This record gives sequence, structure tokens and C-alpha cells, in this order.
Amino acid sequence: MSTSATAIGVSPKRGVWGGGNEPLKASYGKLMMWFFLLSDIFTFAALLITYISIRVSFPVYAGPVESFVGSNEYWPVPELVFDAIPFIHGVHIPLAFVGLMTFILIMSSVTMVLAVEAGHRNDKNDVVKWLLWTLLGGITFLSCQAWEWSHFIHGTDGGSVITYVNNLGRVVTEAVYGANLSVNEYGPAAFAQLFFFITGFHGFHVTLGVFLLFLCFYQAAVGVYEKRGHYEMVEKIGLYWHFVDLVWVFVFTLFYLI
Amino acid sequence: MAMQENKSALEVEPRDEAKIKKIWKTAGILLLLTLVEFVFAFTLPRGILLYAIFIALTIWKAKYIMMEFMHLGDEAKPLFYSIIVPLIFLVWLVIALMREGSDIFLLRW
Repeated sequence: MSTSATAIGVSPKRGVWGGGNEPLKASYGKLMMWFFLLSDIFTFAALLITYISIRVSFPVYAGPVESFVGSNEYWPVPELVFDAIPFIHGVHIPLAFVGLMTFILIMSSVTMVLAVEAGHRNDKNDVVKWLLWTLLGGITFLSCQAWEWSHFIHGTDGGSVITYVNNLGRVVTEAVYGANLSVNEYGPAAFAQLFFFITGFHGFHVTLGVFLLFLCFYQAAVGVYEKRGHYEMVEKIGLYWHFVDLVWVFVFTLFYLI
Repeated sequence: MAMQENKSALEVEPRDEAKIKKIWKTAGILLLLTLVEFVFAFTLPRGILLYAIFIALTIWKAKYIMMEFMHLGDEAKPLFYSIIVPLIFLVWLVIALMREGSDIFLLRW
């Protein structure tokens, strides 16, 4: 980055072996954030590719959209599962709510870049303002996800008749409402398991991000970074936050579109 | 030692409007690509072609996020490649696990 304020060279006490040099022209913290993100990319990729793998091992529902019923014999069509939005009960509005969630997360990523840009200019007021917007976006996204999970777990009014092995080890055929880790009304058990695990792991990352953002917002507001002489922490937390957005782009495509 | 002078008085630089405009432009592209995905989800028939379009658009979006928002393109080339090149392993993982999944499908049904 061609800016006047970076962490590099701020502390002349740190020698070449203490992080005082510039490997790859990036500061120690930024470099380590990138390598952490690379390892996190592999974690998420493994989870998402597992989703693809399990998904192709099941037949896909091929009938007409109107007559879709959930069954553990075939993989459901996402737009028929994720079709609810808050405060409007029992109406089929496919994918609108996740669309909103995606919009919120992308916008919070945009406000994060603006905060980083303001940090390069040492503009404390702008940094604080944009970090606050980002924080708001993150919290809104998490709230949306909480509703999404709650709806997924409680299910629809109708439910589905599913034949499965219950926890007493008997094969039963009964109406199932909502979802848990052993049976769900939408599709095979693996469908809900993967949904919980992958969106849950992503939500965990968002939660961590919100904590980091709050910390960053607080420190920027009380002038810690001003005293330090650079706003690099905003940049590092920004990298993490964009990564969370990046993962959501893939989760969105694989879970809700395909 | 130029940094030490910087330390005492942090000067607020004026906004670079061109830079900010570029950020909003990238945001517009990301939202547009998402909108296109939505339109396709409801208009095109489900199948390999649609899925391929979705994956391509997703990777395109990922490129914008990494290059424009995370500024990976502005980093030193060795850093750029040390992040991008290891991702080649994922190509293998996708191929291997999709093979595996479709073989399980054939065995089961």
C-alpha cells in the first residue's frame, strides 16, 4: 500500500529478526492475517466441497415445483425450502430473505473498505463512522441468521411424512416438522446437518468478526490508533471481515441457488 | 526515521474521491452479479449449465472481493502467489469428491 502510515518501521527497536524488516512488503500482522485466512479458506472449502460431494450422492427432486414434498429419498430444491420471510406467515416468497442477508453482508463489506480507506488517511472521524456502519451490518446479519435458523428448526405448518429410523432404533413413518440433526422435513438428514454445520461455522466467524469490529471501533474512537501513529488494525480486521463476506458468497451459491 | 515525525502529529489527508468512487463501483458490480444470479435462479431450467453459470459468477464475485476489497492485487507478487497458488489443491479436491459422490450415488440407487 502506498500510504504514509504503516506499521512497518514504526518501532526501530524491533530488529530484522524481531519483525522490523518487511518480508513481502507487508507488516508482520498483515502477513500473518493473510496466512490465517489461507488456512481458513481450506477449512471452509473442505466443508463446502463435502456438501457438494454428499449432494451429488443423492438424487435431485425432479418433479414440478407445485407438487414438491420433502422426503429423505431425494435432495430438496433450495428455493422451495428457503421461502419464508419474517412477519409474513405461510406465503411462498422464495429466496427473498437470504437475498436481503446477502445484500446486508456485501454492504457491510463496502463500509469496511471505506473504513480502511479512511484509516489510510488518518481520518479518525471517518474510521469511526464507517466502522459503526459495518458493526451495524454485522449485527443485522446475525439477527437475520438467528431468525433463519429458528424458522428452519421449527419448520412449516404442514411438515412432511418421512420414513426414518428414530432414536429408539425403530423404523417409523410419521409427520416431521422442522429439522434436527437426525431427521428433518425438507430432505435427507445430511441436508440439515450440513446446513447447521456450515452456516453455523460461518455464523461463528461473523460473531467473532463483530467482537473484533467492536474492539476496533472502540480503540479507534478513544484514539488508541491515533496515538500509535497508524490505523493498520482496521486494515487487518478488515481483511478478516471481507473473508467472512467471501465465504458467504460461496455458501449463498451452494446452499441457496444450486 | 521519517516515521517518527509522523508519530507525533497525525495529519488527516483529504478524501481521495476517485478511490472512494472505485469502491462504490465495485459494490455495484457485486450487487449486480448477485441480482443476475437471482434472475437466473427463477428463469433458467435447473441443470449443469445453470450450475456452471452460478459457479462462474461466484468465482467472479470472489475475485472482486479479494482484489478490490482485500487489496490482494496491490500486495507484492510473492505474497499474491503464496495465497493464490495453494488454492490449486482445491481443484483436485472438488474433482476427487465429486467423483466419490457420484460413485456413491450409483451404488445406492
